[in-house]
Amino acid sequence: MSLPETTSAAAGRGEDPFADAEVVLDVQNLVKHFPLTQGIVFQRRVGAVQAVDDVSFQLRRGETLGIVGESGCGKSTLAKLLMRLEDPDAGAVSFRGEDFLAAKGEHLRRLRRKIQIIFQDPYTSLNPRMSVGDIIAEPFSLHPEEKPAQGVRNRVKELLALVGLNPDHINRYPHQFSGGQRQRIGIARGLALNPDVIICDEPVSALDVSVQAQVMNLLDDLQQQLGLSYIFIAHDLSVVRHIADRVGVMYLGRLAELGTEEEIYREPSHPYTQALLSAVPVPDPTLRGQREQIVLAGDPPNPADPPSGCRFRTRCWKATDICTTQEPQLVSRPGVSQLSACHHAAPDWEVEGAPDDARRNDDSA
Amino acid sequence: MTNSSTAEPLLEVRDLQVEFRTKAGTAQAVNGLNVTLHAGETLAILGESGSGKSVTAQAIMGILDMPPGHIAGGEIRYRGEDLLQMPDERRRRLRGMNISMIFQDALSSLNPVLPVGWQIGEMFRVHRGVKRREARQKAVEMMERVGIPAAEKRAGDFPHQFSGGMRQRIMIAMAIALDPDVLIADEPTTALDVTVQAQVMRLLKQLQEEFNMGLILITHDLGVVADVADKIAVMYAGRVMEASDVYSIYSSAAHPYTRGLLASIPRVDGADERLDAIPGLPPALTDMPPGCPFSPRCAFATDRCRTERPELREIAAGHTAACHYAEDFITAEEDQHEPA
Repeated sequence: MSLPETTSAAAGRGEDPFADAEVVLDVQNLVKHFPLTQGIVFQRRVGAVQAVDDVSFQLRRGETLGIVGESGCGKSTLAKLLMRLEDPDAGAVSFRGEDFLAAKGEHLRRLRRKIQIIFQDPYTSLNPRMSVGDIIAEPFSLHPEEKPAQGVRNRVKELLALVGLNPDHINRYPHQFSGGQRQRIGIARGLALNPDVIICDEPVSALDVSVQAQVMNLLDDLQQQLGLSYIFIAHDLSVVRHIADRVGVMYLGRLAELGTEEEIYREPSHPYTQALLSAVPVPDPTLRGQREQIVLAGDPPNPADPPSGCRFRTRCWKATDICTTQEPQLVSRPGVSQLSACHHAAPDWEVEGAPDDARRNDDSA
Repeated sequence: MTNSSTAEPLLEVRDLQVEFRTKAGTAQAVNGLNVTLHAGETLAILGESGSGKSVTAQAIMGILDMPPGHIAGGEIRYRGEDLLQMPDERRRRLRGMNISMIFQDALSSLNPVLPVGWQIGEMFRVHRGVKRREARQKAVEMMERVGIPAAEKRAGDFPHQFSGGMRQRIMIAMAIALDPDVLIADEPTTALDVTVQAQVMRLLKQLQEEFNMGLILITHDLGVVADVADKIAVMYAGRVMEASDVYSIYSSAAHPYTRGLLASIPRVDGADERLDAIPGLPPALTDMPPGCPFSPRCAFATDRCRTERPELREIAAGHTAACHYAEDFITAEEDQHEPA
């Protein structure tokens, strides 16, 4: 069964400033299932964790696509698939029109330069035995044809200055830097080969709030200067709202909703997004008890055995029979400007028939 | 017997000093901390890593690693009695019975090789001398109370068989098993997803009201504080920079550090303005600047700030701040708001 609506998903029919920009990354129906096996000598396949299931989106030049979701929703697996650190079971990824998944050998190496990643934990993602200069210069030894004309060392110093570190610290080691500074080193390494796309996997989650703001501002500045596209993966909805132009919400391996930042945060149409947003505490005590809060009961289901139909239906207060039998596709729906994978998608926060646990106080509007 | 009046504080920390002796020198992890907690009240201690908030919790609970830790001065009064002066045996009895604690990481705080029912029941067996069968029954009751479904069946399960949110509930069940007066929660929801965080915070609030507990919430999350706290103390480099009721901090923060923190967090309901990041890094605790510890990062610092350490002083009723120019920030803000 083909999904023509999804395939034409440019998303964000609203005021999307990047609607006309070049598509740098086109992801279609990406699937990754991890097999679960039993037995020691003879391993039988007993099921599969559906980490990423039928995910499609496009990333345009200069834009930031935020991917939010809770732990286990598949967002980090998605990052690995986009880096080709894992091979997907199905689907297509093309980078500026070239088939990224079919690329091999020299072709793949050339494409890989253009997609770089920044990891969450700046403490374990840098080799403690290498100096900062060597860490940042390593991409040049892996891709010798990209060796900078002005000399590697000069280029490394330039990169250090670009991310706001002192170029004279080129001979220092990672342990001599704080968490925020280490994250800057990771960013400098990611920038070394002049990539077009940077995948940021929880880049500020391990940092203190005051330092988190510094790194987010740096990412903003670099995007402006270098025309980078970001895929920004995070669990913190406030951080994603701040940095993203468009946002995809993931639940149990699937995109629940995809649209511009305004659409997703102002008029969330999927019950999961609504619950997620209402659960985020806002730093303003005067809003206490005034905000509508939907507290979901229970935990997300086991991704190895997702519910039939809609994966969210077991925790959803809107669920009806159709949700059990028919898996909702990520398509545009009447009255909703973004793409939504909910049969009952509606931009208002309808909590009628919500479980007793879902309290609502309507004062926020 | 201990039917004290509500005016008497449950817990009073006076001028607490905690040091760590390291190779690099003596680190002043907590330097002159003063806080008070009443029954039914929620006090949030907010700070970034290294600010001394968790060390404060450990010192109150009496679980500080000593050495290298060392309580260099001050007192921690529980119902008027100094915890630091009492015999170990008595303090041990208070711990768990009267003052109890939950930790950030439930998985590493629970024993992985014992069933959770046994671990909760241990509270009753050890402190109350209850027999095994009855302890198990009480453990199941506690599990039901914190909202673990099918508690009877799950009491025999091991910690790894529970999800993160459920494990945190088990920790809470253990902590409140003996009806403590004071519950210290050290980053109780930091490791949890946002929807689960909402569940756990709601549970904590309910239990607090039910038992009229004093709750000390150690956190770095300004959003959680705004949701649940009555009072707040903002810590930086081992000192309280500002303390007040929760509303004043958010509406009229007087300390540049607090103001900086509030300006540097993105808001889920907010606009896309550039964040006002605080430049620089917190000072090393072994090498504190002579004046205000925040002065190297403060945009308003003067020579006085760099040489003379500001004391925590009252700038409005119930609102204290450790800044030489605290009043200026508040009046400047009022001037800004009044014409509008």
